[in-house]
Amino acid sequence: MADITDRTFEQEVLKSQLPTLVDFWAPWCAPCRIVSPVVEELGEEYEGKAKVVKLNVDDNPDTASRYNVMSIPTLIIFKNGQPVKTIIGAQPKENIRRAIDEAIGS
Amino acid sequence: MHDVIIIGSGPAGLTAAIYTTRANLKTLVVAGGKWGGQLMLTTLVENYPGFSEGIQGPDLMMAMRKQAQRHGAEVVEEDFTEGDFTKKPFVVKTATKSFEGKSVIIATGADTKWLGVPGEKERIGRGVSSCAPCDAPFFRNKKLIVVGGGDSAMEEALVLTRFAEKVTIIHRRDSLRASQILQQRAKNNPKITFLFNTTVEEIQGLEKVTGVKLKNNQTGKITDMPIDGVFVAIGHAPNSRIFQGLEIDEQGYIAVHNHTKTNIEGVFVAGDVHDAKYRQAITAAGFGCAAALEAERWLDSQYDTKN
Ligand SMILES: Cc1cc2nc3c(=O)[nH]c(=O)nc-3n(C[C@H](O)[C@H](O)[C@H](O)COP(=O)(O)OP(=O)(O)OC[C@H]3O[C@@H](n4cnc5c(N)ncnc54)[C@H](O)[C@@H]3O)c2cc1C
Repeated sequence: MADITDRTFEQEVLKSQLPTLVDFWAPWCAPCRIVSPVVEELGEEYEGKAKVVKLNVDDNPDTASRYNVMSIPTLIIFKNGQPVKTIIGAQPKENIRRAIDEAIGS
Repeated sequence: MHDVIIIGSGPAGLTAAIYTTRANLKTLVVAGGKWGGQLMLTTLVENYPGFSEGIQGPDLMMAMRKQAQRHGAEVVEEDFTEGDFTKKPFVVKTATKSFEGKSVIIATGADTKWLGVPGEKERIGRGVSSCAPCDAPFFRNKKLIVVGGGDSAMEEALVLTRFAEKVTIIHRRDSLRASQILQQRAKNNPKITFLFNTTVEEIQGLEKVTGVKLKNNQTGKITDMPIDGVFVAIGHAPNSRIFQGLEIDEQGYIAVHNHTKTNIEGVFVAGDVHDAKYRQAITAAGFGCAAALEAERWLDSQYDTKN
């Protein structure tokens, strides 16, 4: 799963042609370790239809605070440069899948 | 048809599943939308035996789940929504599925009690939290409140002081309920102050929390307090109300007869959903084991052959 930074966020996420799910995480966040492998799998499943990337909030505080991330894991799906869906906290794979489907379809 | 349907996937439910599968009982775990339970919300667990250096809560739960699945437990990550325990086989439903089981073990644990005030629900994860170890780093140099007067409120406040500029503990009574040692630690911490006889009436803010409305419950006086985050630590409530026909005690815990039995024959219970006393991962796991053994015995007495 690609690592996004404050510097590459605009290019990789906001300007992305595909809906892009960003996994906001940090090394100290234990629940993130449950969510990250799940979104990684979804990234492979949705290849060509949606993009899945991760962003370390400790190293990239600007992006995290710009989107008001105050609890992790948080997943935000961006489409055409806008956040369209936010999922806060560890959630089952099906909920995340549904959110991606909705973002693709919308 | 399953021999055992276990509802809940914390230490109690997953331990029960390890035992029932190893007893060759066809086992389904209705794990809930948020599988793993309370330990998914914590960091280092230092008192679960077998891990001399401690183990991260989520790692412990992932290992328990793997162990149950390796022995053949099926896991469905959905919430139990309704059931029929008045006739056999028992019926257990989720939003999309329906299952039949010869026996049921309820292990739905407990969830954070929220304040239930205006402005709270929509700001969970945007300045309202119940998990200081998860969210504290987002509040570097911020002003925060912790609501509650027990051990968990002191612990949350102490964790938060590692990052926050100032932490105010808000308690509705005039004295704390927390253990002496934790009270002392909190009182000695220069970043922590206390507001007694005070309740939170409303949480304010647009995108994120910017303040709270407080009420002094002796004078009735209302004040606004600008703050950046609200950490709620007023206890946990057992997830028991959803089960119709099950006897519940005055405090809302599932009533237990003769160790792990409920008032309905063939429906067993384990963990924080019935245990108001110990509320530990190891005791929940122990109750899960006991409920599984009781379910196995009961099934043996009811059905000659397992199929
Ligand atoms: C922050 C924190 C730190 C803690 N630290 C420690 C510690 O260091 N050591 C220790 O021993 N204990 C600790 N505890 C306590 C410990 O986590 C609990 O005692 C233990 O998890 C209880 O296990 P349980 O299986 O009974 O319930 P829970 O862990 O609460 O699990 C219940 C499960 O049931 C599921 N569920 C609920 N409703 C439904 C439904 N309708 N349908 C399907 N599933 C449902 C939930 O999603 C959850 O997965 C801590 C608790 C917290 C909150």
